[in-house]
Parts: sequence; C-alpha cells; structure tokens
Amino acid sequence: MPSPKYRREMPQRYRLEAAKCKKCGKVFFPPRLICDKCKSEEFEKITLPENGKIVTFTIIRVAPQQFETEVPYAIAIVELENGVRLTTQVVDCNPEKLKIGNEIKLVFRKIQEEGKTGIIKYGYKAVLA
Amino acid sequence: MKDVYVIGCGMTKFGEIWKSSFRDLFVEAGLKAIKNAGIDHLDSMYVGTMTSGLFVGQEHVGALMADYLGVAPIPAVRVESACCSGGMAVRIGFLDIASGNSDIVLAGGVEKMNDGADVTFALSTAADQEYECYHGVTFPGLYAMIARAHMKKYGTTRDQLAQVAVKNHYNGSMNPNAQFPRKITLEQVKNAVLVADPLTVLDSSPVSDGGACVILASEKIAKKFPKQMVKIIGSGAATDSLALDQRKDITALNAVKVSAKKAFKMAGLKPKDIDLAEVHDCFTIAELCIMEELGFCEKGKSGKFVEDGNTALDGKIPVNTSGGLKSKGHPVGATGIAQVVEIYEQLTGKAGQRQVKNAKIGLAQNMGGSGASSVVHILKKLND
Repeated sequence: MPSPKYRREMPQRYRLEAAKCKKCGKVFFPPRLICDKCKSEEFEKITLPENGKIVTFTIIRVAPQQFETEVPYAIAIVELENGVRLTTQVVDCNPEKLKIGNEIKLVFRKIQEEGKTGIIKYGYKAVLA
Repeated sequence: MKDVYVIGCGMTKFGEIWKSSFRDLFVEAGLKAIKNAGIDHLDSMYVGTMTSGLFVGQEHVGALMADYLGVAPIPAVRVESACCSGGMAVRIGFLDIASGNSDIVLAGGVEKMNDGADVTFALSTAADQEYECYHGVTFPGLYAMIARAHMKKYGTTRDQLAQVAVKNHYNGSMNPNAQFPRKITLEQVKNAVLVADPLTVLDSSPVSDGGACVILASEKIAKKFPKQMVKIIGSGAATDSLALDQRKDITALNAVKVSAKKAFKMAGLKPKDIDLAEVHDCFTIAELCIMEELGFCEKGKSGKFVEDGNTALDGKIPVNTSGGLKSKGHPVGATGIAQVVEIYEQLTGKAGQRQVKNAKIGLAQNMGGSGASSVVHILKKLND
C-alpha cells in the first residue's frame, strides 16, 4: 500500500538527513520546523556522521508483533560524532557482550515489514565499529 | 483562584475484570465516588483514558460516560496525556473549580486493556512512533535504557531496583483493590523472566482493567462535608521531549522535576513536608528516578534511599502505600486518579491495614510515556 507517511521519513532513514539551525547551529534529528533553543525557523540540510558510541542500551526479549521473530535484539541510544543522539538497533553482534561506550557505525538495513502484503521498510541500524 | 477540595472517591478492583465492560468500569467507580461524597449532582466531568480507541475501539468517551453515569447533559470531556491522563483529568477538574466555573466536578479515569487489543502496540503510541517504535523499542525497553544509564552513572544496583517491587508488593498485599495483592521476594524479582535487560517481568507494572473517580468541590460545597474535605493545595504539570534520545541526561525526568516544583510552590511547601506519596512506578527504575526529581533524596542516591527503608510503610516518607502501579495494577487512564484515591483515603484515615499514622499531607505524581509529561498534586487534611 502506498504510504505518504513512510515516504516523508525516507531522507532521514535512508540518508541520515538532519536540520541545522542557521542562527544558533543546533542540529535536529529528525528535522523540526522551529529551533527550541533560539526560536529560529531557518534551517540548512546536513548529513549526520555515521560513527558514534553507545550511550545506553537494552536487549528486547518481548517485542512488538512485527519484531517478534527477531528477539532477543539490542536497542541503543547512540551519540554520533557531532553530538546528535538517536535510537537504533545494534546488530551483527552478541547483544550480551555490548557495553555503554562501545564505538558504533550506522549502516543501511531492512527494519520491518508492513504486514504480509505491505511495503518493506528500511532505515539505519548500528554495527560495532 | 478559588480553593478546591476532594470530598469523596471510589474505584473498582484493578485486574483482569472479564465481567465488566469499559463503560461499566467507569460507572462503577463513578457511582461509588458520588455515594461516598454524598452529593446529588455534578456540574461537569473529566474522564482520563489513554487510548480507548485502540484498546476497545471507543472514542468520544466524555459523552458516553456522562450518558451511562446518568448525569447527561452536564459537560463531559475526555483528557489524554498517555499514562498521566488520570492525573491530568484531576488537574483540569481542579482548574474548572479554581476558575469559579464549577462547584462539583467528577474527575475520573478508566482503561480496559484486557479485551483482546495489541497491548504492546497500544502502549507504544505514547512514545515517538517514527523514531523510537519504528526501530522496535518497547516501553520496558525505554525504561530499561534509563535503568542501565542510572546503574552506570550512579552505581545503582540490581538489588536496589528489585527492592522497589518488593516494597510495593508488600504494601499492595494489604490493598483489597490490588491486582496482585501478594508479597514477593528480592530473589523472585531478579530471577523472573527478562522483558528488556536489566528489567524483568517483576520490575514491570501489569496490564490491567479498572476505573477510579474522585469528587472535587468548591469551598462552598465542601464545607457541608467538613469531615471528608481534603484540600488540593498544589497542582503542577510539565512536559519534556517525547523521545528519550532527545534528552541530554537519560537518567533525568525533567517534567517530573518541573511539575513538582510548581506544585510545591503553589503549596508553599518543601519535599520534607510531605508525609506520604503515590508515584508513577510503571517500572522499578521509574520510582527511583522520581524520588530524585521530587527532591525526596539527592540525585543518584535513590537506590540507597529505597534500600535503607526510607520509603517503606514505616519509613521516613512512605511511597506507594497502595502497592503502586506495580502491585495494585496499571489501567493506564485510571492510574492517576487511583493515586489521588489512595492519598485521600490515607488522609481521611480509611486506608485500613496500610494506614500511615498522622498523615496530614500527601503527594500524587503521575507520569506519561518515558517521562514526557508529568502532573503532581499535593493534598492536605484540614480538619480532624
């Protein structure tokens, strides 16, 4: 099923596009229409760095329906090199061995499927760097 | 602003209440509250429910409940702020009377979570759908990330987290309305099935059905019921980023801090003046972080504070004497109301076996999502 909602987020999910406030320089991911720091409404498009480190994480053992077959999987809040934080899965690793502070790199992966006949959804996941 | 009082309350038992529908739960609690207060009419009504549309397919809840409670055509509206919908309903009711618009208001809350809906998904709508849930995070997962950050930053231990659940289940074992009125041990909490590391199923509040209501009144009405009047002396609410990852300090719940600050300022009180509190222990780590943000203990020291028994029933400041969300149950929209019900019963000396002696001032703190919204009320018993 065509999904405008999905299409709107593609620049962020596929290309890590963020918005940088033209006035104060604060970077927003996902982009916003007003800067909460200086109230400017002027932004420039930037691309986030792919490297960062784990701020905190968990291992999901009871998952929402569309992730049920993937348990156990690691979810982390990571901080990228420019200070931007985002929530992502950490894959291709033993989740039990993860530690706060681990260096990661964001890669392009399949995230989930929209039901049996819907679209396949993509985005970023982290792997250990 | 005019003074506002609580003059009565009522709630259903919390749990898997198969025999009662969504509307029955609310009406049962509403009728109990109206009879408990001894009033003969309402001026308006506010109903807190988080996501009745997803749980039972029902919206337009204010009108439905006014109709079935037999109080139509009074104005009635649904209040939503995720898990603090109930607390926010109390606040809107408070403001309605404080403004002089109404004299008697019913503030209630209800949730029917066990009617077959996808509960994990329904609850996850309180988080950022596009940037948290899209990646497979769950509510236990978000709180687990707070827990791990707290453990790393402050040295909080697995045992200290578990102690919150043990304490709340001990209190809940004396509450006839609790979903799980039984004691549990530290070992049981730690060895239970992991939901999201490091949190187990016994660190987590359950999926519950239930309703709760309080009757709020202006001074003009309340003074007719001098023995049952408890004054709301402080009310504060605040917000924070919906997504946990947008917060500088993952262990800080700024909305809780700000809402408490506002309520304390209105009441002219400090944290040390509080005799007991009901707080939003949706997960054990939440109660720890909330202790710190309310100012009951220093930042980072909540684990030790709870471990040393300060928040036990006979401690310095008893917390979650009702059993909390953990043992009493967490029918999301009803939770914030049930907290006020417990404080009201404690202050009026009707808390039975779990009665806190000489309780005069109580605080209720209700929180939405991973801390993106919070509401705090401070109640005081004026007459003995």
